[in-house]
Amino acid sequence: MNIKEYIELLFTDYTLRTITLGTAILGAVTGMLGSFAVLRKQSLLGDAISHAALPGIAIAFLLTGTKDSNILLIGALVSGLIGTFWIRGIVKKTHLKSDTALGLILSLFFGFGMLLLTFIQKQPNANQAGLDKYLFGQAATLVESDVWLMALVSGICLLVLLFFWKEFKILLFDADYTKTLGFNTKFIDVLITSFIVLAIVLGLQTVGVVLMSAMLLAPAAAARQWTNKLSTMVFLAALFGAFSGVFGTAISATQNNLSTGPVIVIIAGVFVLFSFVFSPSRGLLFKQIRFIKNRRDLQLHKTLTFMFHIAEDHDNISHPHAIKILNNFHGYTRGTLQKLEKKNFVKLDGNMWSLTEEGYKTASNLYNQQNKTNE
Amino acid sequence: MIDNKNKATPIAVKVDDLTVAYNYKPVLWDIDLEIPEGVLMAIVGPNGAGKSTLIKSILGILKPIAGSVSIYGKPYDKQRKLVAYVPQKGSVDWDFPTTALDVVMMGTYGNLGWIKRPGQKQKKEALEALEKVGMLPFKNRQISQLSGGQQQRIFLARALVQNASIYFMDEPFQGVDATTEIAIINILKALRKAGKTVIVVHHDLQTVPEYFDWVTFLNVKKIATGPVKDIFNDDYLTKTYGINYKVSLQK
Ligand SMILES: Nc1ncnc2c1ncn2[C@@H]1O[C@H](COP(=O)(O)OP(=O)(O)OP(=O)(O)O)[C@@H](O)[C@H]1O
Ligand SMILES: [Mg+2]
Repeated sequence: MNIKEYIELLFTDYTLRTITLGTAILGAVTGMLGSFAVLRKQSLLGDAISHAALPGIAIAFLLTGTKDSNILLIGALVSGLIGTFWIRGIVKKTHLKSDTALGLILSLFFGFGMLLLTFIQKQPNANQAGLDKYLFGQAATLVESDVWLMALVSGICLLVLLFFWKEFKILLFDADYTKTLGFNTKFIDVLITSFIVLAIVLGLQTVGVVLMSAMLLAPAAAARQWTNKLSTMVFLAALFGAFSGVFGTAISATQNNLSTGPVIVIIAGVFVLFSFVFSPSRGLLFKQIRFIKNRRDLQLHKTLTFMFHIAEDHDNISHPHAIKILNNFHGYTRGTLQKLEKKNFVKLDGNMWSLTEEGYKTASNLYNQQNKTNE
Repeated sequence: MIDNKNKATPIAVKVDDLTVAYNYKPVLWDIDLEIPEGVLMAIVGPNGAGKSTLIKSILGILKPIAGSVSIYGKPYDKQRKLVAYVPQKGSVDWDFPTTALDVVMMGTYGNLGWIKRPGQKQKKEALEALEKVGMLPFKNRQISQLSGGQQQRIFLARALVQNASIYFMDEPFQGVDATTEIAIINILKALRKAGKTVIVVHHDLQTVPEYFDWVTFLNVKKIATGPVKDIFNDDYLTKTYGINYKVSLQK
């Protein structure tokens, strides 16, 4: 199937369209909120919340006996929120560090959830099969009403974000200072956290408990590489998330056996990898290139300065000198000499070199310039 | 000028019976403190004396076990807009995606209140504050690409923008060079001249008499507080730092 056919299929095939829309919206909202989690250094939070949601799903099923995804997700939401606020409580009331508290809640809730799931599976009568889809997600079970719910929550989330943008930003940067300005930091904090919980719970059906936190972190981590502006970062994270959803769905739809959730997460991971290597300002590739270039320039400058000090002692700065006298100098190689000639800083004539007017000027300003760029 | 500040001077900050503990062990013990309006005051004391803790509990960042704080006779909660804060530089992540101007702008958020966005007026104020601390050329710099001293000046500018009456600063001279230190102290002296009260956690004992007119010695308990010329002497220094303080003075 080629791309054109696939796009046609997108518009005609109901299931494919639903799943694509759903994963795109999910990717966008988790990417957006994930930026906040990443900037607050709460990377584990997503993991803890998604795992804490599992027992809620099981209990909701046990109580109601239905497999209606909305009811199960309400269960997930409740236990996710309980887990999250227990984490806050533990950190506040005890000496435990926040990663300890996160890990503790994560494994306790997840263990309890698994216990309940196996209990449910052992029951003879129940139509239990299918609850374990929340472990790894099953995008194929998305229906239109699920997508509407996601769209609604994302819309509200976006509005709140725009509304309290200033408050979110300052809290993320400097919480103590925010408090002294008279803002209720607890309210802002609870608002952010609640939306993160909501977004994660919405994603459980599609991506699953185990991989959900990657949806939160990967787009944000990738976006951070490309910009130094918070609004751009949040926007890019949403974009990367949405694209991961669309591409992931496309790949899993065309390669029959791949399940959607993991493919989406892998695509998001590719975004991260690509960003870490290729981003112009923070990427490894350009950092390395800049490093090599700087080192070369340094060698060049060292040689030029050395020549400058020799030429300085003569009345005529273009007085020729033997290349031999450079041999004792460390920065010097044949290559640097040729490069200096190419830049018109020196003239070569057989075994002799001489500094040009331009080379002399550049060399005498070298130190000053470096001062300036350092400022 | 300082001399005519007699009994008539109002009390800007009053701390009563303040006791603060992190993990049950008190790090500040029963602090009573009155800071008159218009002084430039140093808080001195050894590492771990509780200087940062004192400022944080006055500003309501930490919750004390006991005690109260009033600003011009009213509870701090009602007087927040009169108070500005320069935190210790290391208290935030400077890799946050934002620019110098944007950070300074945050100083205007308190007066703006909830939801309202900063506009041209706030931007102008922020630019003026950047100018005052000599950081205007760096206004669009990503904050992680500023040197430590420049970051410190950004924090100072952010507090200046608040246009407060009382300024609390936690080690504003930390890691700044001599030129910047003079620039900063000149700004602080200008604030005092404008009738503001400035309270500074300070580590360099040698410069205390030159920079400040008021001093508080702190080491878990309040040792003394008053005019530098009256109480900045060996007696109180020894009480605060122990007998070894002379070593640190000579350095
Ligand atoms: N978050 C915290 N949790 C537990 N103990 C703390 C915490 N912060 C500070 N302390 C303790 O409280 C005491 C006072 O700390 P504080 O930071 O107020 O000292 P300081 O006078 O500002 O020191 P410095 O000169 O090093 O900045 C210290 O003994 C410190 O170990
Ligand atoms: Mg301190």
